[in-house]
Amino acid sequence: MEYFLELLLGGMTRGSIYAMIALGYTMVYGIIELINFAHGEIYMIGAFTALIVASVLTLLGLNQIAILLLASIVAVIYSSAYGITVEKIAYKPLREAPRLSPLISAIGMSIFLQNYVLLAQTSDFLPFPNLIPEFEFLKPYEHIIRTPELVILLTTTVVMILLTVLIKYTKIGKAMRATAQDKNMAMLVGVDVNRVISITFIIGSATAALGGVLIASHIGQINFYIGFIAGIKAFTAAVLGGIGSIPGAVLGSFVLGWTESFATGYVSSDYEDVFAFTLLVLILIFRPAGLLGRSTAQKV
Amino acid sequence: MFNIKEIAKSFLVSLWFMFLTFPIMVIRVNTIYKTIEWRWKNLIMIGAGSFLLSFVWRYFIKRKESGVKQAESGKEQKVPLFRRILEERKLFIPATVLTGLFALVFPFIFSSYQINIMTTALMYVILGLGLNIVVGLAGLLDLGYVAFYAVGAYSYALINYHFSLGFWTVLPVGAIMGALFGILLGFPVLRLRGDYLAIVTLGFGEMIRLILENWNEFSFGPSGIAHIPRPGLFGIAMSLENSIIYLYFLMIAITLFTIFVVNRLQDSRIGRAWIALREDEIACQAMGIDKTKTKLTAFALGATWAGMVGVIFAAKTTFVNPASFTFLESAMILSIVVLGGMGSIVGVMIAALILILLPEYLRAFSEYRMILFGAIMVIMMVFRPQGIVANVRRTYEYHGTPSKNAK
Repeated sequence: MEYFLELLLGGMTRGSIYAMIALGYTMVYGIIELINFAHGEIYMIGAFTALIVASVLTLLGLNQIAILLLASIVAVIYSSAYGITVEKIAYKPLREAPRLSPLISAIGMSIFLQNYVLLAQTSDFLPFPNLIPEFEFLKPYEHIIRTPELVILLTTTVVMILLTVLIKYTKIGKAMRATAQDKNMAMLVGVDVNRVISITFIIGSATAALGGVLIASHIGQINFYIGFIAGIKAFTAAVLGGIGSIPGAVLGSFVLGWTESFATGYVSSDYEDVFAFTLLVLILIFRPAGLLGRSTAQKV
Repeated sequence: MFNIKEIAKSFLVSLWFMFLTFPIMVIRVNTIYKTIEWRWKNLIMIGAGSFLLSFVWRYFIKRKESGVKQAESGKEQKVPLFRRILEERKLFIPATVLTGLFALVFPFIFSSYQINIMTTALMYVILGLGLNIVVGLAGLLDLGYVAFYAVGAYSYALINYHFSLGFWTVLPVGAIMGALFGILLGFPVLRLRGDYLAIVTLGFGEMIRLILENWNEFSFGPSGIAHIPRPGLFGIAMSLENSIIYLYFLMIAITLFTIFVVNRLQDSRIGRAWIALREDEIACQAMGIDKTKTKLTAFALGATWAGMVGVIFAAKTTFVNPASFTFLESAMILSIVVLGGMGSIVGVMIAALILILLPEYLRAFSEYRMILFGAIMVIMMVFRPQGIVANVRRTYEYHGTPSKNAK
């Protein structure tokens, strides 16, 4: 029972991690119908920026909470900046191009960013400082849930609620939904589509960066390649939940997290990634619209 | 072009990029000795570089836009050199003969090291042509192409290990295995939209590699399989040097065969169905083309070439392990297709030779190989989606002879 509970919570933490990245995927896909392959790289850059900032601040001798906050803020700012720059360079000129073009450009951007960090920093794994302090009141339950896990779970929940509120009740959220439905029509009624797309990229990148900081300090090490696999998995989660839907992305992430956690716990840990992809293929065959997605007829 | 406004714009761009790259390019933390290295030189380089590049970027954007306008107004466009060589018999025949002669005498002029590199480049030519069927003609983005390549290589390695069958027997088997895996993967996912296909193939590629890495009883894990025999020639014993030359000519022959087949396929009924499917799926279905079957054929045929080259790869290196079949390999083949021009045979060949040979001869440059591939994909898509040698679209023009009934 205890082992089961451990796997359950482990899967949930894993799921929250995927959710932070999957949210960005799903939002961007919802609006411009593009798999932003570079999204995983944005997450990786967020983690690297946080590591660099945290290291500099540690040498300056700040306390842990201040470092965590500052590192997260800087990481969020930088990831958002990378997010819009990538959009401006690789996707915006291709908005009217055939579908294949932005997809290839996205893959290219992903490879470019990976190697940019590899060349500018290092190919080794770097240890990431544990930025999240331990809560005293959690001490007795340590064998079930630890502070970083709790913080990750809480952050994901808060981010998801904030995003849902943003999309449902604010003006920009309305503009986003309009753009997602019909870009030209939205333009006609006075929505600045380019601005909406930029804001979507900023929000998606910011959540990814926040995820990056939390995950890196939970796992304890990063390298230039972490974004790639995390990106594929998060995309799997987004498709699983129904791409374009925010609660769907979170639900899909949890399902994926649990699948991996239980499969590695009870079957074999060698094939962790294989389980994820098998799940993706199965979902695509039997329920291509995802768990919460609605299937739409193809427009001519 | 160089007025104040443009310069100010570029200045802002360079400031932005200096800000953007500051933490990653300038600061390097040594986590063991707890020291920080400040690399200010990089900041200046980024600033200057992005200042200049932003001019180039805007110049090309402008050129592209004016090109679109010219095409719309129906003006005659300049015919590029490559196209002229391909189209005019006077140029095409000597060019082909020269290339053929060069290919023929190449192994007798250069060292076996150079021949080896050339053989590798030819392997990528075939892989590029194979992927070209899938991505270029049928418009299906396959990011796990390397999986089929791995299937071919392991087919040879394992069949040879267990049954000690030779290269020539396994070559068709490898090709068939590739096709089988293509159908196996294609069958469930080809009904889906294009972008899902990209991610599923990507996942499939990783899956094959992971299985090869972890299933020790089957594939001998990360340590791979060694002592795979080189291709034989009616049992004649050859020295190492001769067998390298032999493999080179074998590759030339297979390349010619591939070009012939792909060329014929392109003009066949199925080839035209692929191109039509790439352009508009719904219109295509309305014309009575079986979407799934057509896509599946493209997928399987593309995988066939990968399987075949896989067998050759195993025979050439005499050793296979899963590390040779990473996603980067798929990305490399994809950038060959993108650079060469999707659907264009000559383009893919030239691109493969450029992308494989260039980093090989510019050693200092080889570190930047992958970043270059990434940049090529983005830049080509933004500025020249048709590639360096655009595929000529078959068009029928009506040069009206005035009809007699018009009176």
